[in-house]
Amino acid sequence: MPNVRSIYIKELRSYFNSPMAYIFLVVFAVVNGYFFTNTFFLINQSDMRALFNITPLVYLFFIPAVSMSLVAREKNLGTIELINTLPIKTHEFVLGKYLASVTLIVAGLGITLVHLFTLMKVGTNIDYGAAICGYFGLALVGAVYASAGTFASSVTDNQVVAFIIAVFIVIVFWLLDKMLIFVPVGLAGFVQFMSVDYHFTNLSRGVIDSRNLIYFASVIGFFLFLTTKNMEVKKWK
Amino acid sequence: MINVKNLSKNYGPVKAVKSIDFEINDGEIVGFLGPNGAGKSTTLKMLTGYLAPTSGSVTINNMDILEEELEIQKSIGYLPELNPIYPEMIVYDYLQFIGSIRNIKGKQFSQALGRVIEQCGLKGVLHRHIGNCSKGYKQRIGLAASMIHDPKILILDEPVTGLDPNQIVEIRELIKGLGREKLVLISSHILQEIQATVDRIIIINNGKIVADGTSEDLISNSQGSTTLSMELVNATKESLEEMKAVVPSVNLKSFSKGKDSSIAKLEYPLENDPRKDIFTYGVEKGWIILEMATTKSNLEDIFRKLTVSEVADA
Repeated sequence: MPNVRSIYIKELRSYFNSPMAYIFLVVFAVVNGYFFTNTFFLINQSDMRALFNITPLVYLFFIPAVSMSLVAREKNLGTIELINTLPIKTHEFVLGKYLASVTLIVAGLGITLVHLFTLMKVGTNIDYGAAICGYFGLALVGAVYASAGTFASSVTDNQVVAFIIAVFIVIVFWLLDKMLIFVPVGLAGFVQFMSVDYHFTNLSRGVIDSRNLIYFASVIGFFLFLTTKNMEVKKWK
Repeated sequence: MINVKNLSKNYGPVKAVKSIDFEINDGEIVGFLGPNGAGKSTTLKMLTGYLAPTSGSVTINNMDILEEELEIQKSIGYLPELNPIYPEMIVYDYLQFIGSIRNIKGKQFSQALGRVIEQCGLKGVLHRHIGNCSKGYKQRIGLAASMIHDPKILILDEPVTGLDPNQIVEIRELIKGLGREKLVLISSHILQEIQATVDRIIIINNGKIVADGTSEDLISNSQGSTTLSMELVNATKESLEEMKAVVPSVNLKSFSKGKDSSIAKLEYPLENDPRKDIFTYGVEKGWIILEMATTKSNLEDIFRKLTVSEVADA
């Protein structure tokens, strides 16, 4: 675990030592803020739905941008050789990197809390449970997308390619429950269950169900496992 | 101690390293020499656990690299080829990062840091971004990172490539100073870079070891020769060719006639010194000898001979 922490700190430092983190945080806040305030006063309801509807969409492009550098850049710089010859296990490396990207995403979400304060000022009869659950769900969706992005980043040494692969995976996960009408009835339940949005909708309504949590945990675990294996297998080529 | 047995590595159909064996003891400084693409880096990558061997074994301090990779990596300091480094990091942060993975923290870290700053001459750049440092400094930062845990075994892959002659001398001195208590393995494709630093040279070509020994060993085993260059007046090509009958060990390599004098190049085996006989013969023939100069075949010639002929064989 101390190694995970070392990698995590190093990665966060490299986010914040370059313009990357600041640009992400500012643009993420502006885009979310624009779409939120656009509809918030029109709907005229005391909830955060406007934000919870738009953020998963904004994620589709922002999270691959955050995660694209994680492994691909190390490969491109050649520092992966340094890392792989230090006494670190591959899964510690992957976990440290992944947690750093999730931290940046959660920090981005943190800024959008400003909209919750707006709601508290102007709203009445606010369902705080739903708001908190919704944020929790957003963080989990971000974590799922980041794990897919981490995997995409590990299959190439080109960050642009990593970005495109990550956008593709993430869009597939997002689209699944929107294509149910094209899916044979027998498969519909399964396809719906695989979709990120289906589980997120439950959470944003204020329902915490273990099925949803297990779904998020297993998708994250699956992608991080793939990333680790994908990196380990390189050694034998 | 490093022990390599029947080590091979294939990249798909390409055989980069073909069943090599060698052993390096503690305290030795060994140069790993070969032309580009000979398999040097691949071998070092297998020693450090970055690549797994296709067949054969690597044993370091009696541990197998595949079974106890992490333990071995703890005792090795490795500077990869081209010195990969994070340009956006600050030198101090970078060394701290490597230190934390090496489990060096707090007071221990400040001691280790002081040591590598001293050894690698990093004093002025500690709070700079690595990307803004000169190439020589980057190299030293890489070296400092590989030595921060005071490893028993130091493996440096082309540590002086791209440095200017002064920096090469500095790094050479540094490595020489280390070698007394450490096992140091340095690779290079340029002989002069490491000849002065190392105790022993392993030459690899086409994935095979073609020579292994001290520089003296290599010279005496390679049937080297001495070239004698003479500037003569009154000498003819015929008289030089006829000399073979009197001094059999000498071969005429070249003869060129100038305006007033001529230059002859003769060659004879290292263990002989027939210069007296040549002189006597010359006096008999009425030569006026203006100059006699010898050049011994050196490691460079041997290196070229070993690595070029192998290519021709393949």
